[in-house]
Amino acid sequence: MGASLAQLDYMAPSSVDEAVKALMASSAAKVLAGGTDLIVQMRAGRAKPGAVLDLKRIAGAVGIRREADGGFVIGAATPGAAIGEHAALAQAWPGVVEATNLIGSTQIQGRASLGGNLCNASPAADSVPAMIAARAIAVIVGPKGRREAPVETIQAGPGRTTLGPGEFILEFKLPARPARSADAYLRLIPRTEMDIAVVGAGVSLTLNADGSVAEAYVSLGAVAPTCLLVAAAGQALAGTKLEPAALDALDAAARAACNPISDKRGTAEYRTKIAGVLARRSAQIAYDRAKARA
Amino acid sequence: MSKKHITATVNGDPAEFLTDPGTTLLDALRDELGLTGSKEGCGSGDCGACSVIVDGRLVCSCLMLAVEAEGRRIETIEGLAHGSELHPLQQKFLEHAALQCGFCTPGLLVASKALLDANPDPTEEEARYWLAGNLCRCTGYDKVIRAVLDAAAEMRQERRVA
Repeated sequence: MGASLAQLDYMAPSSVDEAVKALMASSAAKVLAGGTDLIVQMRAGRAKPGAVLDLKRIAGAVGIRREADGGFVIGAATPGAAIGEHAALAQAWPGVVEATNLIGSTQIQGRASLGGNLCNASPAADSVPAMIAARAIAVIVGPKGRREAPVETIQAGPGRTTLGPGEFILEFKLPARPARSADAYLRLIPRTEMDIAVVGAGVSLTLNADGSVAEAYVSLGAVAPTCLLVAAAGQALAGTKLEPAALDALDAAARAACNPISDKRGTAEYRTKIAGVLARRSAQIAYDRAKARA
Repeated sequence: MSKKHITATVNGDPAEFLTDPGTTLLDALRDELGLTGSKEGCGSGDCGACSVIVDGRLVCSCLMLAVEAEGRRIETIEGLAHGSELHPLQQKFLEHAALQCGFCTPGLLVASKALLDANPDPTEEEARYWLAGNLCRCTGYDKVIRAVLDAAAEMRQERRVA
């Protein structure tokens, strides 16, 4: 074990109040959900918290519940495997569930969480574009109480979030689905498994009774310092039935939003091109799913 | 930093140990409980050699703190065989020569057990995806997959007879 972990303190409070107090008292503390990013970073010496605060003993931080209105609430530390096993959630939000289950191996799925994936703040986080397209809301608790914020407002840049001192995400809300709605998420990796997205694209849409798009949301990952909500891309689909011209407009809007880096996974030019391609394909999958539910 | 006292269930038996908050579950299993079957390959969650099952979920024990194990139910490779009687997965790994150096084998067996607990009749594709987080640099995986599918078939047969 590396020396970086030797001086660690561990806290596992059972209530939100206790957790917030502990975080306020220990500015060197990091919040621990599944640990599949945090513990890797600690072991590599890239993160050196004086303490970790484990969320998993707090009521609501682990588990999935359905609201009376048909929406879902997912605890921020719920493991991906539990999200994948939840049949009603997978039925309502197949894109969010597929994106979550793309993170890492079976072993990683046993621990990795939506809260961790978002707050690790990688632009390539797979679940984040799917949550943004789904209009997911983060329920944040902290010293000033409880507040809610759209998921796209949480990432501030690679490894940075907009959460204030003492704040953490307790759970996520996914809204109830109107009829004729569906979502999808696709990512490109050079292998079939166990890799990090070169580009990710999430699309969520609702159709009118005539099969035209009533509203659509498009989010892209790994093409900018944070995952993006691309309003113009969603608007490009509104009123259409995903005719070739509509998909061309979607593709152009997605590419226009890109501001990627070039690295070993792909050049900026390649990522930009692929963002358009994946946006088209995700939109088509979401559209076909929504039509099948009509 | 003072050591923490942890009580958990390991392979069906109550277990207690003292640990530093920064110690991984893998190190506590190996150094405090003497369960050295779980291996450290990468230490970063990529190779699966440290795979254990915690409250029914397959995890990398190198990416879990030992203090998180308080009150949890842990299954390791040491709990797979019944006394001197090998688990069908272990027997099939031998018969199919699904190991060479053996370093990845405990992790592959625990991950395969978790697979068959969740899905007693996996397809080859399902088995390959499930085990994608277990790296083996010797076998090329084919013999591993054959052993797992053969063990699954035998365990289904045993259940029908029983």
